[in-house]
Amino acid sequence: MKKFTKLTSAVVPLNIENIDTDQIIPARFLKATTREGFGENLFRDWRYENDNQPKADFVLNNPTYSGQVLVAGKNFGCGSSREHAAWAIQDAGFDVVISSFFADIFKGNALNNGLLPIQVSEEFLTQIFKAVDKDAKSALTVDLENQTVTITETGEAESFEINAYKKSCLINGYDDIDFILAQKDLIEEFEIPNPLKGA
Amino acid sequence: MLTQPTGSHATPSPSGRAGVGQTLVEKIWDAHVVKSEEGFPDILYIDTHLIHEVTSPQAFDGLRKRGLPVFRPKQTVATADHNVPTLDQLLPIKEELSRYQVDMLTKNCAEFGIELYGLGHPFQGIVHVIGPELGITLPGKTMVCGDSHTSTHGAFGAIAFGIGTSQVEQVFATQCLLQQKPKTMKIEVNGELGKGVGAKDIILYIIAQISAAGGTGYFIEYAGSAIEALSMEARMTICNMSIEMGARGGLIAPDQTTFDYIKGREFAPAGEEWDKALAYWKTLYSDADAKFDNVLTFDAADIAPMITYGTNPGMGMGIQENIPATQAQPEKEKLSYQKALDYMGFDDDASLIGKPVDYVFIGSCTNSRIEDLREVADFVKDKHKAENVIAWIVPGSKQVEQQAINEGLDKIFEAAGFQLREPGCSACLGMNEDKIPAGKYCVSTSNRNFEGRQGQNSRTLLASPLTAAAAAVTGVITDVRELLTPEPPKGGTERYQ
Repeated sequence: MKKFTKLTSAVVPLNIENIDTDQIIPARFLKATTREGFGENLFRDWRYENDNQPKADFVLNNPTYSGQVLVAGKNFGCGSSREHAAWAIQDAGFDVVISSFFADIFKGNALNNGLLPIQVSEEFLTQIFKAVDKDAKSALTVDLENQTVTITETGEAESFEINAYKKSCLINGYDDIDFILAQKDLIEEFEIPNPLKGA
Repeated sequence: MLTQPTGSHATPSPSGRAGVGQTLVEKIWDAHVVKSEEGFPDILYIDTHLIHEVTSPQAFDGLRKRGLPVFRPKQTVATADHNVPTLDQLLPIKEELSRYQVDMLTKNCAEFGIELYGLGHPFQGIVHVIGPELGITLPGKTMVCGDSHTSTHGAFGAIAFGIGTSQVEQVFATQCLLQQKPKTMKIEVNGELGKGVGAKDIILYIIAQISAAGGTGYFIEYAGSAIEALSMEARMTICNMSIEMGARGGLIAPDQTTFDYIKGREFAPAGEEWDKALAYWKTLYSDADAKFDNVLTFDAADIAPMITYGTNPGMGMGIQENIPATQAQPEKEKLSYQKALDYMGFDDDASLIGKPVDYVFIGSCTNSRIEDLREVADFVKDKHKAENVIAWIVPGSKQVEQQAINEGLDKIFEAAGFQLREPGCSACLGMNEDKIPAGKYCVSTSNRNFEGRQGQNSRTLLASPLTAAAAAVTGVITDVRELLTPEPPKGGTERYQ
């Protein structure tokens, strides 16, 4: 898994609430059998017309905005459990998603791929949007070790929560399978009275 | 067949609170904790892993890269549902990528020794329909699937939740998941439902009350007299949509209704196993002094037939109500709210009654079971769909389809101008050919009204099977109560009062 420690980057603002995973990656693009290449269809129907012409007013098509941090309204990633949503965001070059609220499954999927979901307060989210509104190149610094997000221009900062285990996975690039496999004997012991156990 | 908790189930995990009664979620969770360690998520044992063609290929690939087998293939069950056509299922799938994905599932299941109920198998169907009907879904189990509507299985008093593909790989490799114990919420619905109001209306009402994010972080236990009075299939409709308020899981304590439903099903325990299982299942309820992190109570009498007007399942209202005013929304949410109404082509403060409809879709893991089909057949018998409407009925499984034919429902649908198709997820998410065209309105018994969910730029109005059938017959959004006969018809369901 991809490692993450610290990042300073401009942001791509998407001030819309309840962005569901069908918007992030529509179902018709879920037919691939590998994890790569979903980025080109990220936010497909917001980003392109039916004839595949880019929609000029969508933020990802606006050259003013760039960076590895996606900032979105509350309840980001609701709906389907498709991990393709996290893959698409990552494949499009993002390493961090910031919102004031994340859907559970999306958050877990992101963490399992080294894409860092950061939940900030409504107030701080508003501050970020204001800073980017004022200056599109306005940057954020995300420091995972110290669990802080800082608006570079103003120095305004907020700390964020992350499960200590997940934090160490991100910093070291470990995944859950490595962790559980190391305890396989415990699982087998747990299963002893289980007649369903495979042959 | 796992009918009782395994291993160290009697030992409460460190997160269990001494001296306080346990919720149903806590009882099942604690019985499945392989290891609980401060600062780490619990290692949770998974009894049953359901898989389908869309969210599994990358997980199988991951196993190959790691050189691992599926740890417990006999606890894994596969079906093809998301991509499959709903006409001429026995012919090769026309769409190349869909065919490839379904073929991959077949190959992967053969390679890793997993039972597959694929196209042509009499058990094939939507993964959340076949689990219960085959007796695979049982009280007290932990169940996962790479699909957010896995919460459906909670209707039996199981901990069931959707997972991402990395977690599918985790369960393949270890039969376990690393999971934080969820918070618990109890939602009680008490009293009697009114005429024309069913399970779908209950859950759409709850989501409209608490919003599309109101359940995030919780597992929800549904309780109260209105829930207890529901059939198993109606309970599945309720638990299915838990995720639409952000809750990964929703469950209902098993009772006689549950036990009667399970008994005799294909893979249900039988004989001595049944007796042992039943004795255990009867211990599965929240203790009277159990503490929930949140409790909400609703009155069934307040619930009308529901319909959604926006682009998330929380944007729902009683069918006679007007769409809430944009001005009444919190300042920060006005933009997103107006964007949703613009997408739908609706004005705020307007009624939907009388609004023309183009499609009616009766199907999905929410409402495609035999009771749904019977209810629609009862209603449309001796009626005909309106000319402007295309009406699809997509059964949840081959078994549901066969049962519908055995009962002659296919003839009723045909006479009413409804097309009975073959099983699959179909127009719920439009991964196969069953798409709603751009700009068209579809009254759908599915679970999501997101932008483009049923096809690019399609517009979805979520409703119950009865409300959908009423729209098909009149061609416009209709309060189904006005079309119901005052006396219970012969063979009708208890919902006609």
